[in-house]
Amino acid sequence: MIIFVLSILAIVTGLVLYALRQNISLFYTPTEIAAGQAPELHGIRVGGMIEKGSIIRSGRDLTVEFKITDFTKTITVIYTGILPDLFRDGQGVVAEGEVIDPLHFRATQVLAKHDANYMPPEVKAALARKVNS
Amino acid sequence: MIAELGLFFLIFALLASMMLAVVPLLGLQFQRPCWQDTAKTYVIWQFSFIAIAYLCLTSCFLLDDFSIVYVVNNSSIALPWFYKLCAVWGGHEGSMLLWVAILSFWMILVAFFSSSLDKEMYTRVLVVLGWLSIGFILFLLTTSNPFLRQFQVLNTQGRDLNPLLQDPGFLFHPPMLYMGYVGFSVAFAFAIAALWSGKVEASWSKWTRPWTLAAWCCLTAGITLGSWWAYRELGWGGWWFWDPVENASFMPWLVGTALLHSLAVTEQRQQFKAWTMLLAIAAFSLSLIGTFLVRSGVLTSVHAFAVDPQRGMYILGFLLIVIGGSLVLFLFRAQTLQTQTSPGLVSRESALLLNNVFLVVIMLTVLMGTVYPLLIDGLGLGKLSVGAPYFNAVFVPLMIPMLLLMGIGVHLKWNADKGRQVFLRLNKTFILSLVLPPLLLITTGSELDFSVLLGLTLALWVILSTLNALYKKIAERGLSGVGQSYWGMVLAHCGVAATVIGISVSTAYGIQDDVQMNPGKTFNLAGYAIQFIKQTALQGPNYKGTRTEFSISDGSTIKTIYPEKRLYNIGQMAMTESAIDVTPFRDIYVALGEPLNDNSWSVRLYYKPFVRWIWSGGFMILAGGFCALTDRRYYQKRRVAATRGIRV
Repeated sequence: MIIFVLSILAIVTGLVLYALRQNISLFYTPTEIAAGQAPELHGIRVGGMIEKGSIIRSGRDLTVEFKITDFTKTITVIYTGILPDLFRDGQGVVAEGEVIDPLHFRATQVLAKHDANYMPPEVKAALARKVNS
Repeated sequence: MIAELGLFFLIFALLASMMLAVVPLLGLQFQRPCWQDTAKTYVIWQFSFIAIAYLCLTSCFLLDDFSIVYVVNNSSIALPWFYKLCAVWGGHEGSMLLWVAILSFWMILVAFFSSSLDKEMYTRVLVVLGWLSIGFILFLLTTSNPFLRQFQVLNTQGRDLNPLLQDPGFLFHPPMLYMGYVGFSVAFAFAIAALWSGKVEASWSKWTRPWTLAAWCCLTAGITLGSWWAYRELGWGGWWFWDPVENASFMPWLVGTALLHSLAVTEQRQQFKAWTMLLAIAAFSLSLIGTFLVRSGVLTSVHAFAVDPQRGMYILGFLLIVIGGSLVLFLFRAQTLQTQTSPGLVSRESALLLNNVFLVVIMLTVLMGTVYPLLIDGLGLGKLSVGAPYFNAVFVPLMIPMLLLMGIGVHLKWNADKGRQVFLRLNKTFILSLVLPPLLLITTGSELDFSVLLGLTLALWVILSTLNALYKKIAERGLSGVGQSYWGMVLAHCGVAATVIGISVSTAYGIQDDVQMNPGKTFNLAGYAIQFIKQTALQGPNYKGTRTEFSISDGSTIKTIYPEKRLYNIGQMAMTESAIDVTPFRDIYVALGEPLNDNSWSVRLYYKPFVRWIWSGGFMILAGGFCALTDRRYYQKRRVAATRGIRV
């Protein structure tokens, strides 16, 4: 019985480690992406504020382009689909997806939190670092 | 004035709980029965004071007293009255007050419905609960006073309740969830009281089980309601996101489920006592950890309220004291709980133990995924997030053996069984559940999908095997010989199977489409013609917006649904109100995205077959729990059991 339980635990530990390696997404700031520090074509997250007046809709389909910034560097995000309710100019967002090149990011998901004053904590931390340095 | 009264009564409640924690304790220490007897009185006092404080806060909301910070932040003049009633738990402070109120509600239930406990045990349980409520009321008073005033003269309408919360789901989901979370404190108090006294009565599990069941039922209801609400309101059609806060409610549920099964063994066979105690401690500890994760702001999620490190530190300290203290107590007393007999390898005890192992392991993997980002961040190794794929990748493989085991376990005898006989009992059922799903899919003309086949096989296996066991039991003992707990088990296990069917079918065959539509345009989805008929302006009590009309036709019948887009006046927050055409076998879900040029909209369309089964399963599990809870054997006079304490 004990051996059985232990072997279950061993299998599960393996499973957890494998799944963690496959399914975590690291967080990057626009500055880091612009500097080429983020791996290309690999699932990551990027967070920042939407630059005012940067939202461009294609008009033909649901593709949207917008720029997000951490007030140092700005990158362009391309997304096809429906944006969250709180997506608008000046709002903080987190985009999930992959880097195409250091200035372009293709998002598979865009998250905007349901609070008009929300700023992603990662962005807040990045901003704080910037102020301090 | 009302707010000050509320605060005073909260302080009185603190005093009452302090008296409860100290006086009967001294009574126990110095063998003064009359001091011990005071416990019930203090519980009544404490409950009344908190109830008054709660009513005070509620009336502040109804009277729009915007000099109170909490009210101005979570309400507005235009908010409908029923949302004002539940706006009380719309933010951090009020929901902690609700938490405390529910704790005292459970305490008063324990005080009145445990008269069959022997007196010393009764007192100990209430004292433990008294200490817990001191912790929570102090938390409320020191870090999150809901009655705090602000003395600026504001010409304000109130900042309004978060539009996301303005939904009927908000009336039921948080209180039910809290009933569940806090309800585990009773099982916890029973465990601590037993460990403290150093002896575990034979009837300990019989006392504990109904309380655990009641809490578990509430938690089941809370989680199911939350999932259904998320589907309609927040989720854009998703019903579970492995969001940290969902995990925070799911982990105590998993351990609570394990606890229920382990209590069954302890009750029937007087075994696994130490393990059961540990689970009782773990279930409540996980509720506390959940609170910590949600309230401290260490995790970001839709549920996270305003961040205040002081609160986080308080809860963390409280957490360390409660969990650390109870584990130390457990370590010192666990060896007195040893039992001599060990069950056979193939036996119902073993199956239940294995079930416990799986549930706890699943809980640990969920815990790992939830706190991993915190660990990495804490170690300064970067920021990352663990997404839903991790949880799916780990959860599904663990559920497969678990469901297989469910089918076998119900057929096993207590103490010892023969593997060969079990095989003979079950081989037909197993073959049937292997053969039926592909046939089912072929006859309905669905595509053969591996995950659906797997889900259906496992679900059928659980259902057929459970019904088979029920049939045998009825044949053996007659209909009246089947206890209510057994019926509860049958219902709950079939509920799990229904949920599995719902999840696998809706995930595999569901269709999602984001499209651009303008009035008059028709779009075909899974054989249904969905037409955008027209849009009209909408004027609500505290919002404006657009109301659209969609018709859904399957060729013969036409249904009309009305998705909305609202813009709440205060804060200009946009909200999507989806509209769903529901039948038991499929949902058609229409949600408006955003207005595009020339009065067209981006629209999300879903076809979700069997998605209702997910929540139906949840409610079946709940019904099963309720059925077991009303089992008469817990409420018969426990004269024999209660008077004959067995030292172990």
